[in-house]
Amino acid sequence: MSSNVIVGYIFITIGAFFDFFGCMGLVRFPDVYNRLQAATKCVTLGTVMILVGTAVVTADPGISIKAILCAAFIVLTSPTGAHALARGSYLSGVRLWEKSVVDQFEERAEKIKTQHGDRK
Amino acid sequence: MRKLTLVIISYLLWFLLVWPFDPVTGELRMQSTVVGIVVALFVGLYMGDRIPKQIGVGTVLRRIFWIIVYVPYFSWYVILANLDVVYRVIHPEMPIHPGIVRVKTGLKSPAGRTMLANSITLTPGTLTVDITDDGYLYIHWINVKARDVEGATEHIVGRFEKMIRRMFE
Repeated sequence: MSSNVIVGYIFITIGAFFDFFGCMGLVRFPDVYNRLQAATKCVTLGTVMILVGTAVVTADPGISIKAILCAAFIVLTSPTGAHALARGSYLSGVRLWEKSVVDQFEERAEKIKTQHGDRK
Repeated sequence: MRKLTLVIISYLLWFLLVWPFDPVTGELRMQSTVVGIVVALFVGLYMGDRIPKQIGVGTVLRRIFWIIVYVPYFSWYVILANLDVVYRVIHPEMPIHPGIVRVKTGLKSPAGRTMLANSITLTPGTLTVDITDDGYLYIHWINVKARDVEGATEHIVGRFEKMIRRMFE
């Protein structure tokens, strides 16, 4: 095996591990927001590392460039998606974990809800 | 000018995505190349007006420089964030003290704010929930260390704000 293949497989393996721990966080963490934290961070880095590994393993520049572009778009879009999910679930009434220490979003959420009520 | 910029950018993206070289012989495939020019012209002429404002070449180069500086800096925090999550996930007692705090940012431009919110989401223990027009961000923090606006701002926003200001403002 040539060295780029070995480096690529190392990347893919580490990426798969981060993906695995991200999914474990999905199961273990207590509420939507903590789960989103685990899912967003680990799955983003894990998937990006798998894509970079793919780019290193393959010798075809067409595939490598596509993989790198996909990685860039994942880094840009996945946190935005997580933000939308977190905001949406708070506004539709999903509560924080009961042992959460502070919640300063409550007021603002009430305000947004009343504004939406007006629009209807 | 804006239209021309957009034509060039979209053609470049098309070229990279399609990569119109024959995998065996390595020669350029005319078909994909020409279709790309047509599509890029269409996109550029039709959507060119939507690019917000004209900026000078010097500004663009300065921004590109700061983006290149930002990437490794940001990657370092992403790796830290992941190790942090892994630690909290595999720790048997799950050491989390979550909560939503409010922080303040001085960034004005939409692109800068988006970048800041995305950066916060991917770095240790924080997730952006909402942003207001007057510059307050609501952050879900997995391990709350400061509850007042100033303290939380320093912890969460401080490490990115200066760099993002150089990139987008």
